[in-house]
Amino acid sequence: MPAFDYAPAPESRDIANLKPSYRPFIGGEFVPGSGEPLKTLNPATEEVLAEVGTASAADVDTAVQAARKAYERTWSKMPGAERAKYIFRIARLIQERSRELAVLESLDNGKPIKESRDADVPTAAAHFFYHAGWADKLDYAGLGPDPRPLGVAGQIIPWNFPLLMLAWKIAPALATGNTVVLKPAETTPLTALVFAEICQQAELPPGVVNIVPGAGDTGAEIVNHPDVDKIAFTGSTEVGKLIQRSVAGTRKKLTLELGGKAANVVFDDAPLDQAVEGIVNGIFYNQGHVCCAGSRLLAQESVVDELLAKLRYRVSTLRLGDPLDKNTDIGAINSAEQLAKIRELAESGEAEGAQRWTSSCPVPDRGFFFAPTVFSGVQQSMRIAREEIFGPVLSVLTFRTPDEAVAKANNTPYGLSAGIWTEKGSRILWMANQLRAGVVWANTFNRFDPAAPFGGYQESGFGREGGRTGLEAYLHG
Amino acid sequence: MADRVSVAKTYKLYIGGKFPRSESGRVYPVHDAKGRFLANAAHSSRKDVRDAVAAARKAFAGWSGATAYNRGQVLYRVAEMLEGRREQFVAEVAASENIPARKAQSAVDAAIDRWVWYAGWTDKIATVLGAANPVAGPYFSFTVPEPTGVVGILAPQRSALLGLVSVLAPVLAAGNTAVVVSSADRPLPAITLSEVLATADLPGGVVNMLTGRAAELGSWLAAHADVNALDPTGAEPAERGELARQAADTVKRVLAVPEEEPDWSQRPDLGRLRTYLEPKTVWHPLGV
Repeated sequence: MPAFDYAPAPESRDIANLKPSYRPFIGGEFVPGSGEPLKTLNPATEEVLAEVGTASAADVDTAVQAARKAYERTWSKMPGAERAKYIFRIARLIQERSRELAVLESLDNGKPIKESRDADVPTAAAHFFYHAGWADKLDYAGLGPDPRPLGVAGQIIPWNFPLLMLAWKIAPALATGNTVVLKPAETTPLTALVFAEICQQAELPPGVVNIVPGAGDTGAEIVNHPDVDKIAFTGSTEVGKLIQRSVAGTRKKLTLELGGKAANVVFDDAPLDQAVEGIVNGIFYNQGHVCCAGSRLLAQESVVDELLAKLRYRVSTLRLGDPLDKNTDIGAINSAEQLAKIRELAESGEAEGAQRWTSSCPVPDRGFFFAPTVFSGVQQSMRIAREEIFGPVLSVLTFRTPDEAVAKANNTPYGLSAGIWTEKGSRILWMANQLRAGVVWANTFNRFDPAAPFGGYQESGFGREGGRTGLEAYLHG
Repeated sequence: MADRVSVAKTYKLYIGGKFPRSESGRVYPVHDAKGRFLANAAHSSRKDVRDAVAAARKAFAGWSGATAYNRGQVLYRVAEMLEGRREQFVAEVAASENIPARKAQSAVDAAIDRWVWYAGWTDKIATVLGAANPVAGPYFSFTVPEPTGVVGILAPQRSALLGLVSVLAPVLAAGNTAVVVSSADRPLPAITLSEVLATADLPGGVVNMLTGRAAELGSWLAAHADVNALDPTGAEPAERGELARQAADTVKRVLAVPEEEPDWSQRPDLGRLRTYLEPKTVWHPLGV
């Protein structure tokens, strides 16, 4: 392998305008928050980035009241065309501050700057642009002649795409006339609080958006608050089930975007080099912290050796390290806890008899890092083939016939996404029909767009985000 | 001369295209509003629920894989067969619901028309609820609605036929298969409807009809890992919370239903169809 050396090309962390402390955003103001403050870390260095005030039960109640007031007095009464202009303003402000947001996101989350810069932040802006245009066209969304907003939406988002998940949640809620109380993840609250500044700059009426940092107990306060009309959650299946149980028997509307264990199916006629790029993008993008990551590679038996050789070669060229370096492909694992989970599952793979291959790339001595790992000889019964690892770990299984590929791909309680690699169009369409998954990528992987509905079957949750379908989550039909 | 003695009918279950007795061997008496004995209905058990779910799962691939045109034909055929047995249904609905024949007749007519309405939907769902997604990149992206899978239905308790048809037909139109627990006190039109379904080219197992108590059978459906969605219409409002909690263990779709049984004579919106559909988004790169 030719050795290419890269000069370091770090993005300046000054661009993030990092402040020593951040506070909850309630009723249009930054307030102290009476919860126990949390410290958010840079997972690449383990240093404290900032102290963040959290919301207690009383603060959540204040936020819900602020959202209710804003809903009743201004936001739901405002003509859609006017709401749209606020949302367009937000989209523009995200674009204007995109570099700052990207650097801050990489500092707080550990994701490579090239991903936050080229994917997360632009797609977040795109979600506001897309939904802004819906605000005055809801009568055309196919949900009946006079769709009405639900009221106050409680939204809980994960740490893997902090700003992007916020945009997925807030943009459709605002466009449809709802007001929101959003809890960012405990380990990644910073861009959400800069987003709150953007709401102020956009002169969004106070209370329309409220951001309440905190841990699971803050989330539970939102879920159980009697004056919340809708809960939207993205996160683990385990927590999703708890939330579904909590809102059972109430009038609250619920949408869940939960875990996945996506199969990426490679047929022997697939263009293998392209497939390898897709597999790498599928499982190593964002350190594998992607609910729809292609974590199970199903390779046709006749090409598995060739594919694995190409894959290992390609993975060994991935650069792991400083998230702020523009040359970094794989950044830091978001937290020590998550790193421990990934290690535990990887060890179970070895213990259950799968063959482990780990890239020999250098790993920084500080921070939470996990070198990209590929398990071959994986059986369907193994934990690494059944449980979501949420890290840069790929499990490789094989199949002989298309029917076997379908059976193995569908052999999971999840149903979020799947990939198909073949040159044969009729097989792509047949496979796409057979796979029980909400998103199917053929000869590509991990593509997202606000115009394309995203969401899962079965234990990957219910409801869709994006497209006309996504509006349904925030409207009475 | 003595009056002719009528031939009484034994009402059974409908599972996997067959009409078995309940595994439990239990029956319960069904009376009309004046307290006159009408028949013994099978009192379904947990095992009947499991058999019915297995039959519905087995039938799912065929029914969901049938063309929308074909599904529409079959649902329209149900309307034809119902029309042919209109008088029987009018008599059964009148006896079950204690309403005059004229009212029963309009309920049966509305039930027939509802099958026709949903028959027409099968090949329009994808057009109306699907999409070509104008994504910002060189990709072809489209979204198609697909059936959710096996749907457990606790049928309305009051409206024995029109209510039943209103909750069942959208499930089938969307391509799902169903396990239905009929109205407990008014089960006879449900079993007669099963006879119609069995002769209307509907493949066996697509609909499985159980008579019995929603309060007893509902939780087996709500907790069953191979049931994908639940319609709790026929459950007591106080029991629905517990059913929804049981459904959460497998992240089931649970239909949001009004507290009181609605006026089924109103034309439905698309809410029921939507609940039982999974939008699937497919992407492919563009290029030469």
